[in-house]
Order: sequence, then structure tokens, then C-alpha cells
Amino acid sequence: MRAVTKRRTWLYFIPYGLWLALFVIAPVALIIYQSFFDLGHHFTLGNYSTYFQSATYLKMTLNSVWYAFLITLFTGLISYPTAYFLHQLKHRQFWLLLVILPTWINILLKAYAFIGIFSQAGLANQFLTFIGIGPQQILFTNASFIFVATYIQIPFMILPIYNSIDDLNPAFVNASRDLGASNWQTFRRVIFPLTLPGVKAGVQAVFIPSLSLFMLTRLIGGNKVITLGTAIEEHFLTTMNWGMGSTIGVILIVAMIIVMTLTGDKKPKGGAPR
Amino acid sequence: MSKKLANLYLILVFAVLYAPIVFLIVYSFSQGETMTNYHGFTWRHYQTLFSDARMLAIVANTLLVALLSSLIATLIGTLGALGINRTTKRVTRESLLTLNNVLMVSPDVIIGASFLIFFTMLKIPLGFGSVLMSHIAFEIPIVVLMVLPRLREMSSSLLDAAEDLGATTRQLLTQVIIPFISPGIFAGFFMALTYSLDDFAVTFFVTGNGFSTLSVEIYSRARQGINLEINALSGVMFLFSLLLVGGYYWIQQASQKRKHHKREVAS
Repeated sequence: MRAVTKRRTWLYFIPYGLWLALFVIAPVALIIYQSFFDLGHHFTLGNYSTYFQSATYLKMTLNSVWYAFLITLFTGLISYPTAYFLHQLKHRQFWLLLVILPTWINILLKAYAFIGIFSQAGLANQFLTFIGIGPQQILFTNASFIFVATYIQIPFMILPIYNSIDDLNPAFVNASRDLGASNWQTFRRVIFPLTLPGVKAGVQAVFIPSLSLFMLTRLIGGNKVITLGTAIEEHFLTTMNWGMGSTIGVILIVAMIIVMTLTGDKKPKGGAPR
Repeated sequence: MSKKLANLYLILVFAVLYAPIVFLIVYSFSQGETMTNYHGFTWRHYQTLFSDARMLAIVANTLLVALLSSLIATLIGTLGALGINRTTKRVTRESLLTLNNVLMVSPDVIIGASFLIFFTMLKIPLGFGSVLMSHIAFEIPIVVLMVLPRLREMSSSLLDAAEDLGATTRQLLTQVIIPFISPGIFAGFFMALTYSLDDFAVTFFVTGNGFSTLSVEIYSRARQGINLEINALSGVMFLFSLLLVGGYYWIQQASQKRKHHKREVAS
């Protein structure tokens, strides 16, 4: 009986299998393939040797990683306490929904809002004038890029951390307090280690996209900040050097795999915590 | 005291989260032309928006792509989840899931660039078709991830009972499996819809010249500077997402209540 249904049902699997082949495996293969071709469609290793010998490309990559690191760091520092306090609230499901709601507003609209807020006579400069510092150039600086990127990523960090705090068994916290640990000790030795998977998931969700936010570097960073994403977009859509663009793409994929392995959740050794 | 500090911190975070959105919407009602000084109330920018034929066509395009791609992605994704759930070997299942998640973790630029190479090599013209295909492609994995947990919850005795009672494969699928996993399918469709409406980078790469979606249009207008018509647009879009979130929340609550109710009846 089972065998019969099984034979008939594999037909249903065809569209999904086609999708896997055409839109998952083929594109990754194509971007690697394309990275070995120069502008004249000749097979070459030149793109890679250019990349690794050019101070500009290497500096750009380091910069991009550094900015992504800063964005992830600030997002984490702001999000962890938020998730922690949020979890203690009474109607936390409702407040959590309020955290998610801004992610539903198109990212470009949010970036556009900051063009207004950070402009010469904008809200931020009015505030600076009011407290006596006077107007500054805010838009098109590195700091404004980091600020807006952090703003956009915060909900994506809060959610996984909130979930891991939700999974935390309160008995551990109570036990730690009963055994005489101070609040800080309880946090450092019990709560934080047990919620680390959430932090790792958050880092994954924030760091990788931060390497490739090319629209923010254009709208807010004013082309001063160049991330890996900006470089790829430029090579594909402006200078039409797809080979070099693909090479940087392969570098970005490698960076992504490194981040995933570093933050990947290993199976807990020994007994499960619950 | 510490509780007060915690609340103060939360208020601050929420204020920062919502300030830009409120700012955008407030200025959509301003009589001026910039987002600097509020010049008194007007509906003018909304009137401009609703008489902007180009913008309305783009809104229609965006909604069409979102609905069509989510429907197709939900269909393919659900079938895929059924297939993955059928696999008996652990290795096959794990590798299928890994492949499924590739597009979930890849940065948008990589997806966009690789799809651009793909379409160009197959000589598929860039425009509505390529955008639709790309959206379907990046929505499928989230549908699979939403449907799979429901499939795992389904007990095999349910299927065995239906088969013993003489159900054909088709009946099994339409009358037993799909009703049971429908909350997952619905959630998947919903997520697919938001992914489509939210996407900018992938569309930007594969859209070509003639076709545009809202995100791409906002990007090109924002690069030209402030235009309060975009503020009016964000007002409308905020209202739209409030309705969507509200609807989603309400349906979830309702289905949870139904579950509780069923449990009470059963016990």
C-alpha cells in the first residue's frame, strides 16, 4: 500500500526539484564559472590575481568587514537588553509584534526618511543647533551609514535573542539566585551562556546582509563607504565587468561560509538542558 | 528602580524604531516641499500620488508580481515540503534542507547577480517575466520552512487510516493532508508575500529597463532628493502593512483559540 502511494507521489516533487536545479545549484555554479572570464570572454585566472594583488580591492574588503562588524556589534549591544526587558513585560507578544512591524516598512522608505532627518536643515541638525553644537554635515558620512544600517538591522537581532530567552528555563535562574549568585553573576554565568545560540543566530542574520547593503551606501553613505555589495553592484550594472563582479561575489560567498561556520550551532554535548 | 530604568530603555528603543516612520508620515501632510519645516496641513501630496499614473501602474505591477509569485511559490514549496517529508534517508533529507536554505542565507546581491547571469545565458529577456521568476525562486524556501513543521506534526496513523478506508492518493492529499497543514501553507504564502513586497536588491538586478517595482522606483526617486509624494506613498504603505499585520495576528489568535477549543472538547 505504502509503496504504491510513494511511487505515485514522486511526480509531485518535480517542480521543486526543477527549482533546486535551476535556481539554487545553477546560479551558484554560474557565478563561480563567470569569475574565471575576463571582459573579452576568455578563460582566465586574472580576476583573482587582480583581486589579491590590488591594494584597493583588499582595503575595500577589509573596510566592508570592519563596517559589518561595527554594525553587528552596535546592533547586538542595543538588542540584547531590549530583548531581555521585553521578555519581562506583561503583553510581550504584543510588544514583540511592535518590534516586527517596522521590518514591514520597505527598507528604502526607511533610508529615505533618514535622508530627510540627516539633511542640512533636518531634524538632527535642528536638535544639534538647539543644544548649542550647531549644524554638522551628517548625511554622506561613515557614521550616518553605520547608524542607519544598525537601525534597520535591530529587529532582526532582537527576534532570535528574544526566542532564546524565551527558551531559557527559569529554574536555572532561580537555582543560581538561591545558591547566592548576584544578579550580575547570574547573568554572566547562567543567562548569557544559555542564550548564546540566539545571539549567534542574530549575528548570522545581521553580519552577512551588512556586507552587501549597497543601497544604503549609495543613499546614506554618499558613495564614500564601499562594501562588497556596492562593488558587486557597480561591476555588474555600471562597468559591466561581470567577471570581476563574480570574483568579488565568490569572495562574499566565502566570507558568508566562514561566518556561518563560526556561528553555527553545534549539537550540545551530553544531556539536553531540559 | 531597575524596573523603571528597564522601561525607560524600552521606551527609548521604541521611540528610535518608530521616529523615522512617524517623521515620514507627518511630513506627508506638510504644505512645504522639503522635510525640514512643517508648513501646515494638506492632502495635496496624496492627491499628487493618486493622480500619478506612472506610480499607480508601478503599484499595480508590484502587487501583481507579489500575489502571482506567492501563489506559485506556495504551490511549489508545499509540494517540495511533501517531498522532503517523504524522504526516509537522513542524509538525503539533510542535504535537501541545506540546498533549500541556500537562498535564505545568501546575500541579496549574490542572488541578484547570479540570476542576472542565469537569465542572460538562457537569453530570457529582462522584465516582468524575469522579476516574477526571481521572486518565485527566493520565496520557495520560506514556504517549505513554514509547511514542514506542520507535516512533521501529522501522525502517520492518520494517513494509514485514510488509506485503509480506501482513499486514493488524490483524496489523501486534498482531504486529509492539505486541511491538516493549511495553517503552515497560509503562513508560507503570507511570508512569501512580504518577501516579495520587501525585496529591492534582487529586483534591481533582474528588472531591465522597461519594468519597475515600488522599491526600485523609490530608490531612483530617493537618489534625486526629497519629494513629498514619496512621503504620501509611505503613509499609504504603512496603513497597508498595519492592516496586513493586524489581519495576520487576528487569524493566528483565532486559530489558536480554535485549537484550545478543540482540546477542551476532546478532553
